[in-house]
Amino acid sequence: MGNQHRSQIEADYMAQVRSKRMMNGILLIVFVALFVGGFATANDRNAGGFWNGLPMLFDFPADVISEAISRAHLIPGYLAKYLPSLIETINIAGAATLVGAIVGLVFSLLVTRGLAPAPWLVGPLRRVLDVLRAVPEIVIALVLIFILGGGPVPAMIAIALHTVGALGKLFSEVNENASLKPVEGLASVGASWTQRMWLGVIPQVSPNYFSYALLRFEINIRASAILGFVGAGGIGYDLRNTMSWGQGKFDEAAAIFLLLFLTIVIVDQLSSYVRAHLTHGRTMSEKLA
Amino acid sequence: MLQIENLTKTFGANTAVDAASIHVAKPAMIGIIGRSGAGKSTLLRMLNRLTDATSGAITFEGQDVTTLRGTAKRNWQSQCAMIFQQFNLVPRMDVVSNVLHGTLNRRNTLATMFNLYPTSDIHRAIEILERLGIAEHAPKRAEALSGGQQQRVAIARALMQDPKIILADEPIASLDPMNAQVVMQSLRQIHEEDGRMVIANLHTLDTARRYCDRVIGMRAGRIVFDGTPAQLTTGVARDIYGADETFSEAATSTEIETLNEEVAKLADIAESV
Repeated sequence: MGNQHRSQIEADYMAQVRSKRMMNGILLIVFVALFVGGFATANDRNAGGFWNGLPMLFDFPADVISEAISRAHLIPGYLAKYLPSLIETINIAGAATLVGAIVGLVFSLLVTRGLAPAPWLVGPLRRVLDVLRAVPEIVIALVLIFILGGGPVPAMIAIALHTVGALGKLFSEVNENASLKPVEGLASVGASWTQRMWLGVIPQVSPNYFSYALLRFEINIRASAILGFVGAGGIGYDLRNTMSWGQGKFDEAAAIFLLLFLTIVIVDQLSSYVRAHLTHGRTMSEKLA
Repeated sequence: MLQIENLTKTFGANTAVDAASIHVAKPAMIGIIGRSGAGKSTLLRMLNRLTDATSGAITFEGQDVTTLRGTAKRNWQSQCAMIFQQFNLVPRMDVVSNVLHGTLNRRNTLATMFNLYPTSDIHRAIEILERLGIAEHAPKRAEALSGGQQQRVAIARALMQDPKIILADEPIASLDPMNAQVVMQSLRQIHEEDGRMVIANLHTLDTARRYCDRVIGMRAGRIVFDGTPAQLTTGVARDIYGADETFSEAATSTEIETLNEEVAKLADIAESV
């Protein structure tokens, strides 16, 4: 012990600090280079150029808003007019999220190391989830619309498939952070795999599942609105029509944007309310105590 | 030096701390004892301003601490170090970085975000770790250490703050008897050598008796005893813990010998069932 010993520890630690600082510096340089490089490339390929186009960026929103304000008295009528299509869009999103979350939950348990009943299946199943995420839902929807004809069902299937991929991955990351101790406890009493998962893992992770599923629901509402553009019905179809009518008709588009915005706000508020109840059965101060 | 006057904290309908008054004239080692839920933790958390008091005042060296806000409040917190039952270290960061967190109040936020500390601070952190006998663990991640070692890292973080008061909230409740002894001895040593005030919540009587100059007993949010360890008779202890005649000091003990007796007693009970 003594000074000799301590100076050795100090020297070793300072060497570690220096190499860490060097790594951080290099990472910072790489990050800045990527950022600048990526921006330059994107700007070169862009037909108009970012800086030239920037002042025009707000032209379309400005048109929509100014027209909406000048015809504000018509907006409530439009809201009522487009409400049924909005409900159709939400319906598509809701069904897709529900189906996607249930299938995604099963997938997530099968691809989490430590929980998976068949470890050799983890890799292949993860690749399946990758594929589901990689293919844009609009491509799946277009193929399905070609086969099944236009309407909400192809849109629902397309969004559900993407949701399985996305939630399967997110859920499995949540599962990885779950404590294995309760699972071990249940294994010690002779519980089956399904019992261990349902009674040992799900109670720990359900609040996080729920918030990811609701976030996905929000995303899916937007996705289902976009799929309306390609003939899947719902509010997207109306939005395409009102936008393509051009200037002088943007007030109806504004009403549809307003409906979508309100829907997202309501879903968001609902999700934080339910989540607070799920996680804070105990209050924050009790948690710290 | 430290005056606590009628300090009260209510959570909804519950009163956690009920008009507590404590006066400390010079740095001492003070133990606060009582059952869980007696309000010991809330009292310490109010001192550090982790929790705001409902009413009452804390005055330290003439300064009213309870009304501080923003920078002034954080300055006070840096002078009044806190040690937690569950250590509250950052598990994925190395031991020295955790100790250096003690200097956060004095340092520029941007520099600390990139973990840039002056070399002199790093040397001082390692010096403190050596004093606590864990210098060889300096480069390891905090989570790789045992409970007793982690608690000593937490003490090192507190010392790095160069505080006037060290508050220890059940510092040994998560430790085995051997480690508990090491941690309590370190706290006592810090009090004796550096002349810092140490206030420790303890739920075992004998620890308070052994290491503290002054013992404060709390029951249901109220201070029911304030005196020297010698004045702490079994009758007083029963009163603090709200126990009947079957209560013995051993029941709250973490000492190895008494613990063994307790274990033996439990084994007897188990056999007779």
